[in-house]
Amino acid sequence: MILGDNSLLLGHRLSELCGHGPSLETDIALTNISLDLFGQVRSYFQYAAKIKGGEASEDTIAFLRTDRDYRHTWLVERPNTDFAHVIVRQFFFDAFHLPLLEQLEKSKDETIAAIAAKSIKESRYHLRFSSTWCKRLGDGTAESHQRMQEAVNELYPFTHELFQITDTEKEMHEQGIGADIQKIKSIFDQTLASVLAAATLEIPTGPARKTDGKKGIHSEQLGYILAELQYMQRTYPQQTW
Amino acid sequence: MKGNPIWEVFIRSKNGLEHRHVGSLHAADATMAMENARDVYTRREEGISIWVVESKFITASNPSENGELFEPAKDKAYRHPTFYNLPNELKHI
Repeated sequence: MILGDNSLLLGHRLSELCGHGPSLETDIALTNISLDLFGQVRSYFQYAAKIKGGEASEDTIAFLRTDRDYRHTWLVERPNTDFAHVIVRQFFFDAFHLPLLEQLEKSKDETIAAIAAKSIKESRYHLRFSSTWCKRLGDGTAESHQRMQEAVNELYPFTHELFQITDTEKEMHEQGIGADIQKIKSIFDQTLASVLAAATLEIPTGPARKTDGKKGIHSEQLGYILAELQYMQRTYPQQTW
Repeated sequence: MKGNPIWEVFIRSKNGLEHRHVGSLHAADATMAMENARDVYTRREEGISIWVVESKFITASNPSENGELFEPAKDKAYRHPTFYNLPNELKHI
């Protein structure tokens, strides 16, 4: 659920940008990323629905849970404050997501491995996109550099949660289904170090945010997001196109 | 955005032999132009190869000169390879 929810919330945040991107090309690029993420969400949730059985479907799982049943990390809820925030949030996520998928590709669970194999190509492109923009904006004008540094300072403390290992994740790893989160962290740190250095941006020191998204405790952002995300399904249950 | 010139995009499809012009976009440099072209012009599997060229490097013919440039070729059928009979062995070239 953590995997699906991270992509669901991030995909949703990106979809809010549709029509509002700084240029036609970046608008389409970001909404493409959103669609890629939703494709992953569908795969995860179809699998989850199968496991859950009964009346569950990808739609009921996506739209009808209450806030404490969502298991995403706080990072992906962060709002689209400005383009710098969008890019930094994306970059932090991609730097984590790609090594995660590379591990999941070897999962003993065939469905998960298949989803990961397909998603890796998407994620590789996302990381390329977000890290290139990090460098362009970081090593850009005075204004872009300042906005980027502010975004980094604000969002970096949320990345620690990505590496807080829950009991479920520990168990999944021991069974050969899930990933080795420690290994991902070292790749993540390396990616950040090299890209942010090229972008002339500093990684902030300071305390991590103590957040428990994976356990269902979320920030105030989620209320607004769910109001939009769930409105149609809850108002017109079982609607279809 | 300032300093973002226009680029022309050419795509070759999976079954095609040549790159075709599909449109244009803005980008700061060739790398960005390539990625933007991928994002904007290959969403529906339009192709497997992209060329991007900054618009200023394209020289186009002037439509008002179409007469002198293209009409003289109209009545010269002997330039077309239609009067030559291909031997059977070569029919599938």
